[in-house]
Amino acid sequence: MGAPNELNLTALAKYSNDFLREVEERVDEGEWVKMCMQCGVCAGSCPFGPDWEHSPQKIFMMIRAGKRQEVLTSESMWMCTSCYNCVVRCPRQLPITQIMHGLASYANRLGLAPKMQPTRQWSLQFWDNCTRTGRVNELKLTLGLYFKDGLMAGIRKAWEMRNIGLGLLMAKRLNPFELLKGHECKDKAGIHRMLKKAQEIEDRRRGFSK
Amino acid sequence: MAKKEYAFYPGCSSQLKGSASNYLTSVNTMCHKLDVKMTPIPDWNCCGASISYAGGGELARHVMNARNFALSEQHLPGQDVVATCAACWLGAKETKEKLDASSQLMAEANEALKEAGLQYKGGTAVRHMVEVLIEDLGYAELGRHVVKPLEGVKFAGYVGCQTNRPFGIAGESFENPMYLDKLVETVGGEALTKYEQKVTCCGGALAFSEPDKSQKQIRDIVESAYDAGADMIVTPCPLCQANVEVYQSEINRKQGTKFDMPVTYYSQLMAVAYGATPKQAGLDGHIIKPKKLQEIAVKVVPAKKS
Repeated sequence: MGAPNELNLTALAKYSNDFLREVEERVDEGEWVKMCMQCGVCAGSCPFGPDWEHSPQKIFMMIRAGKRQEVLTSESMWMCTSCYNCVVRCPRQLPITQIMHGLASYANRLGLAPKMQPTRQWSLQFWDNCTRTGRVNELKLTLGLYFKDGLMAGIRKAWEMRNIGLGLLMAKRLNPFELLKGHECKDKAGIHRMLKKAQEIEDRRRGFSK
Repeated sequence: MAKKEYAFYPGCSSQLKGSASNYLTSVNTMCHKLDVKMTPIPDWNCCGASISYAGGGELARHVMNARNFALSEQHLPGQDVVATCAACWLGAKETKEKLDASSQLMAEANEALKEAGLQYKGGTAVRHMVEVLIEDLGYAELGRHVVKPLEGVKFAGYVGCQTNRPFGIAGESFENPMYLDKLVETVGGEALTKYEQKVTCCGGALAFSEPDKSQKQIRDIVESAYDAGADMIVTPCPLCQANVEVYQSEINRKQGTKFDMPVTYYSQLMAVAYGATPKQAGLDGHIIKPKKLQEIAVKVVPAKKS
């Protein structure tokens, strides 16, 4: 469980007793939440459905019921595989996948998302990896995941997966030299400036900056 | 001059020695045979994929895609952006729809792009390689180049998620898209249209963070291909390809199965049918060798067209 950060306390003060409004204003695609008619098609369409503590249908109702803490600390949204099955089946055409990503991202922003949630860590690693040089370094990304719980755990995991690694190496789909230098964009600096600006603009629009 | 020209967005996994490098090899061969010119967008960057949502904010993720559009407009004006990767295509298309629909978001994206000395004007169309094949060339044209029909090979067409949802290919249903089966038939293969796991999720990026849950999905996808009598699976998605091929050995190790089902790309089928060598078709890029495809590819004398 994450320790709520300052941003969370500010949000609490501003939106007390009105979680739906908070979601509408601060979560990507949050304005759609009120449209859910509780049919449950999303819950039945999800490939990881049984693994969600609260299905999207329930999450939407919990938001409307003001269950802020339960929603934002939930592991559920982190189960989304981005398969978009719920989106194409939703009779109200809600962008459910995007809302789940938005909620997960917001919960992470507030420091409320479960810290050890593996997909949360994976998602952060991916963004960090792909924005560092503008292109994904697949080897560093994979090893980063294996070694996230420490050196010994990483060695164990890498050993477990050695045959897959070797297979990919033989198939020329893995390059050990990516550890030293992988593919990258020429204008890395421009990309970094651009992303910093984008973050500033969004923080301003969503009311995250002071 | 080439018959058709496009601004190519190959994506990270397709790069040299990347996890889908053989996809790119086969796409290049296929396009060469079809006289389609694919010029990579200079200095293109990662789309952010779906999984990066916790790290990147909404706008940051959009500007990653918008940068590619701006570069494409600048260097390859008038050409449609074509992606081969399902996630690249989805991410780019999502950004395009959002920016085109909101002048505020467009202005914000351009404010950020300015930091990289770029501007997105909003003219770029974003398309998938499959759309180019089906819509711009058409099945008849695709069939015209076949010199080695893939006779007697049974393919389970695994479309997966992101080439199919939420955008999909025009005129196709989300629950049972037919274009992959039609492509198989166009190059003379047998499409197993009764294959049940055609649009099942392989776990996507969560194959890494939630391996057990994803491997349950992959097991269904492979098992169903065996049930349908498939010689191999064929897919348009690089992550589907990697997940479904690579984790079969893990499932075998943990669950005692004996999976050995090759997973190929549509572009490999077409390259082989068009007379490419195994190397040109990227057949050397597999952990589970697509033997039946290799046998056809090494045949010296092209089969006669009926």
